[in-house]
Amino acid sequence: MVAAMFEGWDAVGLARAQFAFTMSFHIVFPAFSIGLASYLAVLEALWLWTGREVFINLFNYWLKIFAIAFGMGVVSGIVMSYQFGTNWSAFSDKTGPVIGPLMAYEVMTAFFLEAGFLGVMLFGLERVGHRLHFLATLMVAIGTLISAFWILSANSWMQTPDGYALNADGQFVAASWFKVIFNPSFPYRLVHMVLAAYLTTALVVGAVGAFHLMRDSHLPGPRVMFSMAMWMATLVAPIQILAGDQHGLNTLEHQPVKIMAMEGHYRSHKDGAPLILFGLPDQSTGEVKYAVEVPKLGSLILEHSLNAPLDGLDTVPRENWPPVPITFWSFRIMVGMGFLMLGIGLFSLWMRWRGSLYDSRLMHVFAMAMGPAGFVAVLAGWITTETGRQPFTVYGVLRTVESASPLAAPAVASSLIAFVIVYFAVFSAGVIYILRLMAQPPHHGEQGPSRDIPIHAAGITPAAAVAGAAP
Amino acid sequence: MTTVIDLATLWAFIIAFAVFVYVVMDGFDLGLGILFPLFPERADRDVIMNSVAPVWDGNETWLVLGGGGLMAAFPLAYAVLMPALYTPMIAMLIGLIFRGVAFEFRWRTTRAGRNRWDIAFAGGSLLAALAQGVALGAILQGVHVEGRHYAGGWWDWLTPFSILTGLALAIGYALLGATWLVMKTEGALRDKAYRLSWSLLFVMLGAISAVSIATPFLHVHYTERWFSWPNIILTAPVPIAVAAVTALLLRSLANKWDYQPFFLSLALFALSYAGLGISMYPYIVPQSITIWQAASPENSQLFMLAGVAVLIPLILGYTAWAYWVFRGKVRAGSGYH
Repeated sequence: MVAAMFEGWDAVGLARAQFAFTMSFHIVFPAFSIGLASYLAVLEALWLWTGREVFINLFNYWLKIFAIAFGMGVVSGIVMSYQFGTNWSAFSDKTGPVIGPLMAYEVMTAFFLEAGFLGVMLFGLERVGHRLHFLATLMVAIGTLISAFWILSANSWMQTPDGYALNADGQFVAASWFKVIFNPSFPYRLVHMVLAAYLTTALVVGAVGAFHLMRDSHLPGPRVMFSMAMWMATLVAPIQILAGDQHGLNTLEHQPVKIMAMEGHYRSHKDGAPLILFGLPDQSTGEVKYAVEVPKLGSLILEHSLNAPLDGLDTVPRENWPPVPITFWSFRIMVGMGFLMLGIGLFSLWMRWRGSLYDSRLMHVFAMAMGPAGFVAVLAGWITTETGRQPFTVYGVLRTVESASPLAAPAVASSLIAFVIVYFAVFSAGVIYILRLMAQPPHHGEQGPSRDIPIHAAGITPAAAVAGAAP
Repeated sequence: MTTVIDLATLWAFIIAFAVFVYVVMDGFDLGLGILFPLFPERADRDVIMNSVAPVWDGNETWLVLGGGGLMAAFPLAYAVLMPALYTPMIAMLIGLIFRGVAFEFRWRTTRAGRNRWDIAFAGGSLLAALAQGVALGAILQGVHVEGRHYAGGWWDWLTPFSILTGLALAIGYALLGATWLVMKTEGALRDKAYRLSWSLLFVMLGAISAVSIATPFLHVHYTERWFSWPNIILTAPVPIAVAAVTALLLRSLANKWDYQPFFLSLALFALSYAGLGISMYPYIVPQSITIWQAASPENSQLFMLAGVAVLIPLILGYTAWAYWVFRGKVRAGSGYH
């Protein structure tokens, strides 16, 4: 029965499907929790600094949501760390000496820091006092950023490997740890991803704020969070577009074939390549059908010259082609989301200047519609960069088909089905719980992720519980 | 070459340490999950959950260090063992997913929903514990290796021996969980934990004996390691120490002490773990791959060693602080907030 569902799939294809599936679920949670951890640190700092109650209410409100998102990130992350071995054992054997230490450093410098201080952050405010509690929040926030540093270093090394040699067993060995860690694409990818996480969180916070402002534009919590979120979009979206452009130029230098796939450039252009806006890339014939294109603009963007020649995939052996249709379209989705983010940032600036940031229905509908935009952009961007470097796991050196475990297809198919069922059951429940929390506005005297108040207070003194629950 | 040998042995100890810390710290978390069905009262369950809610995530991180460290320090062993343990590993990961999310989810739902997540917590914990024990047995009995690859099937791990080790580990975790509750709770809940500790201790001793008796039959290497002269001078103290710790543990249970039962149960784990080390050394994949064959190049191991030397003491320090913050008995209705 399992075999029938995946007839015609080989073990490598199934392992790739499994990695794509588990990774797509996983990346959503860190993208949110990196931004949210920093936001929580800012909220607590503002509370300690100003003493205004609205900040601690917002802190406790988002802390409950953070606890759920972080938990889902942890459990889906453990799957990733073992999947290298279960499904990609040949890759692990060959790259373990280089990638392994980077991930070990991620565990030692980031995961322990986050986990060690998370308990105090969630449940310890009254046990350790304000200053130590703020330190714990800060440590968790810093931990999420350190984690991004190491995992993006490892990922970037797979994209643009540097500072390595090969030993007699065919293993990659570090020749220079500095060059391994700070490989050519790493600084660009790190900046691009962290900004993406901040924007993702800002758009979620903005959407929740807008949702509550639409019902009551005088609620202090939603006003503060909405304003903060829109400032974030206004300031960071343009920086992100600039960072993305720089990242693209870096990719052109080190992974030109990926750029060809992103741009849909099957053919070389001797005197100025067009920018293909839309079209249907056809991998079998090697052309983009129904292309809507602007002449010369592609060369202008990538080479800053109208007539600069650009090579296409016709200069690349066919067996080294990435899957162009996926890369082409996911790139366009990501860029589209980026410009929408710029749009909401500018629109909110205009609304702010007109004094109707908290009252404009159009503003709030726009912000709510943009709530999931960060997740869409992160996923699309990740798909762009990962499919664009195919058919390699270590770009240009180790092919994906040479990286997989020596497993029979039924084994990989069974585990894939198990993960699909479990992930949909578990993570959809988690998302529902998060949405339920978001459906309530932050209250006066908002509680953190306390365990006993909702349980015992309701049983002993129902009147107080009802009063506490009223907005 | 001596430095390479020393480094590989050192790393074998570091990985063994990380795995042991994991077993010690997540062992009682998983044990609480295994015992969960025996505590149907809502208030008891809340207390049990609250007793580990602030620390479980840190405990589980040692498993990531064990796996990540194995990939980094002994990539060949990681590459051979993970496909060989494919099914138990996937089962463990799925078990840990259910167990991990239950900590937050059960507080965010209705009564019926809470029951569902309680089942997920108990079932996930039991599945993860069994899978880890099965994986241990499968490693001990050896796997089929050709060249640098695992060359067996995806059900090779399933033998009576691996089932035995799976059950033994789950029972051991349950004992850790029960003695943890003795330490962290009071009243009727604590009394029940005492009674459970008694029965679990005897079942665990039976399990330790069964695994100890079965192991030498797996391979002549184990027999020689344990019973040949002069090895026996070094190996004989292990069962003697087990007997001594058991006597102390029985006394501490009889006297209804708070802390001793938990720490003496940990000592039983440490001795069993040392026994495993004696059996396996110097193989990392028994009878196929030694720690030197599997070792990363020297510069990878050295690069990480610098981090381990500085960071592990730091990690142990702030982890101890987190435990200290949440020290003492957990009472119903006065959990952590």
